[in-house]
Amino acid sequence: MGTLAIRGGRVIDPSQGIDVVADLFLRDGVVAGVGPQAAGKGRADDSIDATGMIVAPGLVDMHVHLREPGREEDETIETGTASAVAGGFTSVACIPNTEPPIDTQGIVEFIHQKAARADACNVFVVGCVSRNREGKELADIGQLVEAGAVAFTDDGAPVYDAELMRRALEYCRMFDKPILAHEEVLELSRGGVMHEGLVSLVLGLGGMPAAAEDVMIGRDVALAEVTGGRLHVMHLSTAGGVELVRAAKARGIRVTAEACPHHFTLTDECLRSFDSNFKMSPPLRTAADVEAILGGIVDGTIDCIATDHAPHALEKKMLELDRAPFGIVGLETALGVSATRLVASGRIGWPRLIEAMSTLPARILGIERGTLSPGAVADVTLIDPAMEWQVDAASFRSKSANTPFDRWTLRGRAVATIVGGRVKYRLASNA
Amino acid sequence: MPQTIIEPETVPAAWPHRHLLDLERLTPEEIRTILDTAAVLKTATEGCRKKLSVLSGSTIVNLFFESSTRTRTSFSLAARRLGADVIDFSAAGSSLSKGESFIDTAKNLEAMGIDAVVVRHQTPGTPHLLAQQLEVGVINAGDGPHEHPTQGLLDIFSIRERLGDLSGITVGLVGDIAHSRTARSNLHGLIKLGAHVILCGPPTLVSPRWQEVGVEVSHDLDAILPRCHVLNLLRIQFERQSTRPFPSVREYAHLYAMDRDRLRRARKDLLILAPGPINRGVEVTADVADCEQSLILDQVTNGLAVRMAVLWLTCGRREGAA
Repeated sequence: MGTLAIRGGRVIDPSQGIDVVADLFLRDGVVAGVGPQAAGKGRADDSIDATGMIVAPGLVDMHVHLREPGREEDETIETGTASAVAGGFTSVACIPNTEPPIDTQGIVEFIHQKAARADACNVFVVGCVSRNREGKELADIGQLVEAGAVAFTDDGAPVYDAELMRRALEYCRMFDKPILAHEEVLELSRGGVMHEGLVSLVLGLGGMPAAAEDVMIGRDVALAEVTGGRLHVMHLSTAGGVELVRAAKARGIRVTAEACPHHFTLTDECLRSFDSNFKMSPPLRTAADVEAILGGIVDGTIDCIATDHAPHALEKKMLELDRAPFGIVGLETALGVSATRLVASGRIGWPRLIEAMSTLPARILGIERGTLSPGAVADVTLIDPAMEWQVDAASFRSKSANTPFDRWTLRGRAVATIVGGRVKYRLASNA
Repeated sequence: MPQTIIEPETVPAAWPHRHLLDLERLTPEEIRTILDTAAVLKTATEGCRKKLSVLSGSTIVNLFFESSTRTRTSFSLAARRLGADVIDFSAAGSSLSKGESFIDTAKNLEAMGIDAVVVRHQTPGTPHLLAQQLEVGVINAGDGPHEHPTQGLLDIFSIRERLGDLSGITVGLVGDIAHSRTARSNLHGLIKLGAHVILCGPPTLVSPRWQEVGVEVSHDLDAILPRCHVLNLLRIQFERQSTRPFPSVREYAHLYAMDRDRLRRARKDLLILAPGPINRGVEVTADVADCEQSLILDQVTNGLAVRMAVLWLTCGRREGAA
């Protein structure tokens, strides 16, 4: 494969505390190192001029719905991973609410094969907590771990039975795998299409109260405490939830959390348009919740950023608001929205953003990614931090275009995505 | 002796819209324009009984995704009184039950050369989404619990007919505010015209957060009763509730039903409205529903006047148009 030199960029690697303008050398699919001593003998076989760019460990999205198998009309592993590299992601973790759900070794194998054939980014498989995602008994978690599953979730739905959740947290301790939890008390959010608040009241739309999320986070934090298991709170959207996670961390409970770009950017006011591209679960909440999420990212209560990329074909989203499914795509806008909201606004610096989008999700999943340390797999993302660009949903590589950010102008974009030392995506220079 | 009917000719310039989707987004001036137009048309049709021809040649479609008898009938009659042709299109037995999307259904009707659709749908915002998709006018005839603008307008019209200017008037909206599109249209319209609005019912049906839009919230009908010039008694919508928001109908009626006893403790000139259909004995007892102060039947007639006004304003000939 030879040597690829990435020259003159600002190399940021939070895993090693590196933030320096230097050359990065990749050799035979792994990181050789940063700086002239890593250059090796002779000329590099290939080089990329990264002047003015940020050179980061490849971005990791730990919450992606690739839809295959079962809902190929919305997304496939091929289109989903193409979308990922276009957004700067070198690794995604796929959520198992497929049809059939990912609860056997065979389906894990199927996904690995499809991902290898697509040959875009790494796909790490998240397995079901419960057999057939029915919430009744544990899936064969040990065998799924053997097949390569990196975490477990019944996402799309909470693990409803508290005892089953307890057993899952307890059982996964021997594999040191986290349970990724969709936190929702269904009785409280039943019939809801948006956050319960003044806007839902005025619009007459069914509400999903913040309490539906907070109550379940409270339950799961208590279960993580009693079991010593690893709880990861998915798509945290409420101020109350941020407080619960902050307090749990302070008590030493093994809990981590992610937030989605839409939850720290948009509010329930967006639903006044009745546009189903603002409908997701958990729902867009209030400005106070957005502030709390931002605060949680700044102080590290919220470890990482994940997209909850949830593609739905156009005809499914073009329905009445209560019939349209929950969810939006996010892979191709996550970096731009996050950089605009968090870095351009001055709330955090690039090192923290890269930590939240690469180092920490990799660490939570226990995958050997999210680092540029010598010998690591050469997954690298080049980011133009100053590029102003306009989102064009029609040109997404994802099979679906259900985004609330169409036509938004964002600042910061991935210009090249390198997976295992090979360039899998380069932004056309005239874009 | 045949009387000369004076028909209005062109739509007033104060009305710029092709659609009527909700009252929340109208200005007070636009609401007054509709109410004034309704008064003109009510007079011109001699109390909504005679026919005009201002919309002759126009076709109005009632596109009802949710069953309704009185609103659909009222819109049909209003359109006919103005000389328009009316087509009824209801969800049952149509392509909708074969899985066609609401947008496709509406676009198909539009392609047949119609002038406006009157839409009733169980989901908030559906008329708004249709308005973005269609070239023709869209009139919201009730979108779930969101709004029912012509109902709000006819309630306000009925009050205005008796009391004149609404500023300084206190109107109590009592009952199932949570599920009531009538309540939402009323409160937006009433606030804009300067009335003081009190929402009254149990906390499970009347959120205290309504205070943030500028209305008073009460859970005690007896406490607010003496201050109200008007009471609008909203139907308990049992069909929209997943869990019952009060222990029993008996307890609800005990706390909130308008009966003789409460009527005695109210202002002597209290006006009583109910948008219908009413559950006699739940929101209002039979004797009160039929008492002199009840505007329930005025509301039905005025519904025609208001709907004529809305149809004409959205579909009628405009100044300078060919």
